[in-house]
Amino acid sequence: MSELRAESVTVGYGAAPVLRDLTFEVPAGRVTSIVGPNGCGKSTLLRTLARLLPPSEGEVLLDGEPIDDRSTRDVARRLALLPQSPTAPEGLLVSDLVMRGRHPHQRWFRQWSPKDETMVGEALSWTDTAELKDRPLDELSGGQRQRAWLAMTLAQDTELLLLDEPTTFLDLAHQVEVLDLVVRLNRERERTVVMVLHDLNLAARYSDTVVVMRDGVIVDEGDPAVIVTRELIASVFGLECEVLSDPRTGLPIVVPVASAAGVPTG
Amino acid sequence: MTATPSTIEARPSGSAALRLGRLSWLVPIRAAVVAGLGLLLLLVVVAVNLALGDFDVPVVKVVRILLGGEAEQFQQAIVLDVRLPQTMVAVVVGAALGLSGALTQTFARNPLASPDVLGVTEGAALGAVAFIVLTGTARESTSSPLHMLGLSGAAFVGGILTALLLFALAWRHGIEGNRLVLIGIGLGAAFSAGTSWLLVTARLEDAATAQVWLTGSLSSRGWTDAKPVIVTLLILIPITLVLVRTLNALQLGDDSARGLGVRLQWSQLVVLTCAVALAAVAVSAVGLLEFVAFVVPQVALRLMRGSRPPLVSSMIYGAVLVVAADLLTRTVLPFGLPAGLVTTAIGGPYLIWLLLRGKRKATI
Repeated sequence: MSELRAESVTVGYGAAPVLRDLTFEVPAGRVTSIVGPNGCGKSTLLRTLARLLPPSEGEVLLDGEPIDDRSTRDVARRLALLPQSPTAPEGLLVSDLVMRGRHPHQRWFRQWSPKDETMVGEALSWTDTAELKDRPLDELSGGQRQRAWLAMTLAQDTELLLLDEPTTFLDLAHQVEVLDLVVRLNRERERTVVMVLHDLNLAARYSDTVVVMRDGVIVDEGDPAVIVTRELIASVFGLECEVLSDPRTGLPIVVPVASAAGVPTG
Repeated sequence: MTATPSTIEARPSGSAALRLGRLSWLVPIRAAVVAGLGLLLLLVVVAVNLALGDFDVPVVKVVRILLGGEAEQFQQAIVLDVRLPQTMVAVVVGAALGLSGALTQTFARNPLASPDVLGVTEGAALGAVAFIVLTGTARESTSSPLHMLGLSGAAFVGGILTALLLFALAWRHGIEGNRLVLIGIGLGAAFSAGTSWLLVTARLEDAATAQVWLTGSLSSRGWTDAKPVIVTLLILIPITLVLVRTLNALQLGDDSARGLGVRLQWSQLVVLTCAVALAAVAVSAVGLLEFVAFVVPQVALRLMRGSRPPLVSSMIYGAVLVVAADLLTRTVLPFGLPAGLVTTAIGGPYLIWLLLRGKRKATI
C-alpha cells in the first residue's frame, strides 16, 4: 500500500496562508472525503498532496520520501489525479482521452504496449464507457464525461486516486453513479481514494473516513457515523441542523433547519 | 475485473497498432492517409513549379532532369539552378512555418496562437527592416553575401528577442495560453508600428527593398537561404516528434498534464523554443509569409478530424501552400507580386471564417 502524508505543511504566504501547519496521513486502502465550507482549503490540501502546489513550509511524503525527490513521472505511476472541471480539446475522443492516462508508463518508442491496451480496455469496461469510446467527449452528458475522465485516471494504474470534486455539475443520479464507481474501485481494486466533496450526506454515505476542515486546519477526522454531529456542523459551517440516522445504513444524514428568514412569507 | 476485455476493444477504431519486439506505436489511419496524400500533392506542386515559368519545361522532362537523365543544357539549367533552389526554399520554409504554428496552437490551446499572432514574426520583420534601413547595404547590392547574412541574422535575432520579451511579460507562475496570445498581439502591434516608422523615415530605395522583403518574396531565393532552415528542421523535427505525447498531455490542462507526470514548465519551454526558432528562421529566410503558420495547422486538423493540430501534416501542407503560392505568383499573377500576398489573401478570409463559425466554441 502506498503511503501519502502531508507533514506540517503551510501552503500560501503571508499572514493568512491557505493551509497552516497541517499534518494529514491518507488512510491507506480506504475512501476518504475532505469536506468543509468554501475557502476552507480542502482543494488546496488535495492539490498539495498531488504535488501541484508546493508547500512554503513542511513537505509531502510519498512512501516516506519527499514527493519532490521523486521524478514527477515516478509519482504519476503511483498517484493519479482528477482535477476539478478538467479541460479537454474539442473533438477529443473518449478512447483518446483514456489512452492518455498511460502517459507515465510510456516512452516515445513504446507508445502502445499490450499492457497499455489491457489497462485502457479495463478502464473502459470498469467505467462502462466502452460503447462511448469512439465518441467525442464534448458530445457526452456530464455523467458520461466524468466517467470517461475517471477511466483516464484508472488507466494510469495507480494505487492512489485523488479526485477533486468529482461530482460537481452532476445531477443526483449521476453523482451517485460516480461515487458508486469510486467505492467499487476501492473495494474490488484496492485503490486508496481521497476526494473533495461538497455534499456532506454523500460524503458520509460513501466514505470510510471524513476529514472536516475549516480555515486551513483539520477540525475533525474519522468515521462519519461518529464524527458528523449537530455540534460539528454548527461550529464548522455555522449551520443549524438536525442529524438523522439513515434507516437503511445507520449513517448520518444532515438536515438543515430553515431559519425564519429563509421561509417565504407568501 | 470480471472478464478480460478483448484486445481490439481498447483501441480507437480507425487506428492500427504497430509493434516491433518491445517497440510499439499506435498509428491513426486517417492521419497517416492525410499525410500520405499531402506528400503526393507536394510532389505534384513541386514538379509543376519546376516546370512552369517564363520558359515552360514539360513535367516529364523535369522528372527526367531530377533523376539525372539527359536534357538540353538550357532546360537543365533552368530547372536545377534557377527553379529548384527557389522551390526548395518554399518547401522548407512552408514546413517550418506549419510545424511552428502547430506547436504554438497546441501549446496555447488556442487556434489564434500562431507565431504571426504572437508577434514573433513582427519582431523578426522589425529586425530585418532595421538592418536594411540602418546599414544601407541594400544600396550596394541586395544579393551580396554580407547583406543576405546580415539580413537573415537580424531577422532571427529580432524573432528570438521578441520571444524572450513575450516570455518575460507573459510569465506569471507559468505560462497561460490566453495571456500569451493577448500580450503577443500587443507586442506584434508595437513592432509593426516600429517597422512603419523605420520605413517612413528611411531613404526611398531602402524602403523599397524593405517593403519587398516584408511581403515575403520568394523570388531569387536560393540554397543560401534554404540552408539555415534545413539545419533547423533537421535538429527540431526529431525533438518535436518525441514531444508528441507530451503535447497530448498538455492539451488536458496544466493540472492533468502534471498529474500525468509531465514536467510542465520544462516541456512548455522546449515546445515554445522550438516553435520560435522555426518561425524566426523561416522569416529570416524569406520575409513575412503571413498566415501560413496560422492557417495550415487548422486546415490539417480539420482534414484529420483529430483534436490537436498534427505536426507532420502541418509541415507537409505548409510546404504545399508555400510552393503553390510561389507557383501562382510566378505564373498567374502579374510579375513581381510577392508570395506573401497570396498566403495573406488566403489567410485573411480564413481567420474571419474561424472567428465567425457558430458551431465551435469562441476562441478568444
